[in-house]
Amino acid sequence: MLKISNLHAGIENNEILKGINLEVKAGEVHAIMGPNGSGKSTLASVIAGKEEYEVTEGSVVLDGEDLEDAAPEERAHKGIFLSFQYPVEIPGVSVTNFMKTAINEGRKARGLEDMPAKDMLKLIREKAELLEIDRKFLSRSLNEGFSGGEKKRNEIFQMAMLEPKLAILDETDSGLDIDALRIVANGVNKLKSKDNAVIVITHYQRLLDYIVPDFVHVLHQGKIVKSGTKELAHELEDKGYDWIKQETAI
Amino acid sequence: MAYTEEELKKELENKEYEYGFYTDIESDTFPVGLNEEIVIAISKKKEEPAWMTEWRLEAFKAWKQMEEPDWANITYKKPDFQAISYYSAPNSKPKYDSLDEVDPELLDTFKKLGISLDEQKKLAGVAVDIVMDSVSVATTFKKTLAEKGIIFCSISEAIKEHPELVRKYIGTVVPQKDNFYAALNSAVFSDGSFCYIPKGVRCPMELSTYFRINQAGTGQFERTLVIADEGSYVSYLEGCTAPSRDENQLHAAVVELIALDDAEIKYSTVQNWFPGDKEGKGGVFNFVTKRGICHKNSKISWTQVETGSAVTWKYPSCILKGDNSIGEFYSIAVTNNYQQADTGTKMVHIGKNTRSTIISKGISAGKSQNSYRGLVQVNSRAENARNFSQCDSLLMGNECGAHTFPYIEAKNKSAQIEHEATTSKIGEDQIFYCNQRGIDTEKAIALIVNGFSKEVLNKLPMEFAVEAQKLLEISLEGSVG
Ligand SMILES: Nc1ncnc2c1ncn2[C@@H]1O[C@H](COP(=O)(O)OP(=O)(O)OP(=O)(O)O)[C@@H](O)[C@H]1O
Ligand SMILES: [Mg+2]
Repeated sequence: MLKISNLHAGIENNEILKGINLEVKAGEVHAIMGPNGSGKSTLASVIAGKEEYEVTEGSVVLDGEDLEDAAPEERAHKGIFLSFQYPVEIPGVSVTNFMKTAINEGRKARGLEDMPAKDMLKLIREKAELLEIDRKFLSRSLNEGFSGGEKKRNEIFQMAMLEPKLAILDETDSGLDIDALRIVANGVNKLKSKDNAVIVITHYQRLLDYIVPDFVHVLHQGKIVKSGTKELAHELEDKGYDWIKQETAI
Repeated sequence: MAYTEEELKKELENKEYEYGFYTDIESDTFPVGLNEEIVIAISKKKEEPAWMTEWRLEAFKAWKQMEEPDWANITYKKPDFQAISYYSAPNSKPKYDSLDEVDPELLDTFKKLGISLDEQKKLAGVAVDIVMDSVSVATTFKKTLAEKGIIFCSISEAIKEHPELVRKYIGTVVPQKDNFYAALNSAVFSDGSFCYIPKGVRCPMELSTYFRINQAGTGQFERTLVIADEGSYVSYLEGCTAPSRDENQLHAAVVELIALDDAEIKYSTVQNWFPGDKEGKGGVFNFVTKRGICHKNSKISWTQVETGSAVTWKYPSCILKGDNSIGEFYSIAVTNNYQQADTGTKMVHIGKNTRSTIISKGISAGKSQNSYRGLVQVNSRAENARNFSQCDSLLMGNECGAHTFPYIEAKNKSAQIEHEATTSKIGEDQIFYCNQRGIDTEKAIALIVNGFSKEVLNKLPMEFAVEAQKLLEISLEGSVG
């Protein structure tokens, strides 16, 4: 589904990603771990098409199509979803209105009419229930005054609404309490199928107990320096990153 | 606030000022220049009584002694007042029983403006008095209004048919000598609207007037007088569009509102005069004096959405004379490219327990300058006056400016005055967030701007809110990226 080859990207002569190779197939869950500042969020942004970052080498290919020239909204229409590490606030725009706009823009791109209000309402209700979100919450301004955990849960609510092909969850677990973590992870698992894929960026093994990865990758200084199965995450939890840093320094 | 996205898309595709067409109707236009003879000629042309002519001449005398003010945060080439023609009327029959009699080309113009009568009928409950180049062309729903004793007509007609009302109230809120532009308007006003709601009557429909400037080189001097008698209620809508022109066009209107005891007036404006092109060429100069007086327990609300004009100088104000009276000002002012706006309000608290609310939303893009200027004045006898002001500015890009000039003069210790101000920028992160959800940048800006303006948009009557939302989107089109 997603094939990243020798990806180099950065900002103003400062190379952040230094040759990333990653292949994600339909039905798979990949976890990306790595120390602070190693480039995890940057990788997520580059996949989503953030223009601030310049891709200097390599490619990101989705379903056989090179995304080089695709605008962020086009990538979204193709089924890429990013749950942000730091979701932004949009004052005065309710969660409902925002989702309605997002869904209808996606439909427009596929040549469909706007979703009838009745269906929209039903969908919103259903997904709000899945993530145990109070419907009053949905008429509040997007992310404005939301607690850290509420923001993250709201990101996954949006994911549930948009049903993406490839979801990238950037530290969705940070800020969630234990119950919320379970609810959010359950939500993600319910949305999983053999046709879609998830990339989970996290610092903690805890989330991976719920969303079980098929592969775990360690990103360090802009490169994937180690890949393994879910046992690798346990090993990192026990030993930290030093041993990997040493391994790669050689 | 539903609006179809197809409509929106169509509008966005049309990047140039969409109302930039010009109706070719033979006009009866005066020679350029201003002197006593011209003032008298205007009055005569309109078959006015002698007192009106006198009143105009007094204003003209005062105006000659006055100087164009320059304290506002705007720079422009001062108009040459002797190079303007002060009267222009469509050269057709002044009165129609039905629209069938109206020049088809004129009707076509209305269609282009999106105010065809067909549409108006759909917007049930809206009476439209269309003022085109100074003379009232069509008035609808007049009969329904007449049954309630409501008078809604052109000011020229009111001067003839209801001289006692006009004479009693005209210039009582905005005196002839009030300021340079008001004096000019008083001398040469060509037409405008008049509205009287009798005691205890609730006007059953929104009263709506569409203005437009049509003749090149013709100044527009509208005069509006709205009187809500004791215990009455009226909601008045004013919308403006103008065709594009290379030379700057002057617009100096005066609006006077009178809310007698226990009355309420809601006055909503969507202003979309030609703002000039992307290089800052052309555009309307809009120097407006709008003021209302509130008697006991009465209320006046000004709501405005200002997206047009090259230069805007406008401060809809309330004189809270009566005890327990309420003044409100809700404003969205958008400036793009080289537009300049200096707008705000004045709330003058005279009566006891008077309250005022000011919500101002300024949106600046391009190389534009957007200033809020507000005065809250509490007189010594105004016990327990309260004011709440909130001024929010939204900036797009690095070349525009937002400024706030709040003035407070409180002469009574019991006054409670609160002022809040914020300035924010549409961030690339906000736009990327929207993009990532499949919303393109244009739409994302519209969404963010609408969110920012929501408190004010919510104050507008429904049909107007939809139109205003579209206008916001159109006027900010292409301003980021
Ligand atoms: N817009 C930017 N401008 C300047 N430097 C940037 C920018 N974005 C990322 N960087 C730098 O690139 C490096 C990688 O940042 P990134 O946010 O991808 O790290 P991360 O792996 O997600 O870290 P964390 O675990 O703390 O979230 C950091 O050194 C960061 O400072
Ligand atoms: Mg990160």
